Amino acid sequence: MKARVYVMLKNGVLDPQGEAVRHALGSLGFDGVNGVRQGKVIELDLADGTSEATVDTMCQKLLANTVIESYRIEVL
Amino acid sequence: MRAAVIVFPGSNCDRDMAVALRAAGAEVSMVWHKDASLPDSVDLVAVPGGFSFGDYLRCGAIAAQSPICKAVVAHADRGGYVLGVCNGFQVLTETGLLPGALMRNANLKFICKTVDLKVETSASAFTEGYNAGDTVGYPVAHHDGNYSVDDEMLSALRAEDRIAFTYRDNPNGSVADIAGVLSDNRRVLGMMPHPERAVDAGHGGTDGQALFRGLVGQLAQA
Repeated sequence: MKARVYVMLKNGVLDPQGEAVRHALGSLGFDGVNGVRQGKVIELDLADGTSEATVDTMCQKLLANTVIESYRIEVL
Repeated sequence: MRAAVIVFPGSNCDRDMAVALRAAGAEVSMVWHKDASLPDSVDLVAVPGGFSFGDYLRCGAIAAQSPICKAVVAHADRGGYVLGVCNGFQVLTETGLLPGALMRNANLKFICKTVDLKVETSASAFTEGYNAGDTVGYPVAHHDGNYSVDDEMLSALRAEDRIAFTYRDNPNGSVADIAGVLSDNRRVLGMMPHPERAVDAGHGGTDGQALFRGLVGQLAQA
């Protein structure tokens, strides 16, 4: 089985990389980009039967820093 | 006074840290990250700067899961002293020994220069060699030194006098200009600037000497 974990900076935490991307899009002429948030996607190839709760623990312990990041798990 | 300097793959300030501690009178051993225990009767653990594990995932995140870090956390839980500088600070926040997190610098640039810091408190073994309000010059060299902490914790840090150093001219966007913070028992200090790079006239400044001398002096008495 596979799972995909999306890690994003929490709302309210300034994302300087996202801001830089937004500026770059503006200078390319793309008007109306009001905000950009950059995160990461982590794909896990897991033994069959691995529970979503186990993946959640992985996120808590390592994959996300919950001080500044939120995460979402998608079991594929 | 016995100190241990942790070495991760990618550490690059470990030897500077050892030199600074030895110059202040400490007996120093280097400890590899795969070791599961610290040498006997270590008073201070120093987590040095560098790019442990290539900064993969997040700065300090992989190092924080290494076998030695469990021993470092246990050492801190027993009331032992820990100093984390630069990547070491990032590692300590990732282990949960210190609050907050270090994010990408607000201007996205790697910053490498000497900066002026304000000593915010002299009430710790690390800063008792200074007076609160002193200005000291330490080098910074980081890409992810933008300290972030929520409002509630920031209030607690202020109320408990746990902000050790602030930037006089904030280079990286850190909340409240914070450059270094103390744990609630005041025995764990994490900071982005490098005191170990300011201990010899050849470094261009010696403002860091008082930190190491004070620390070694305090722990030698203990």
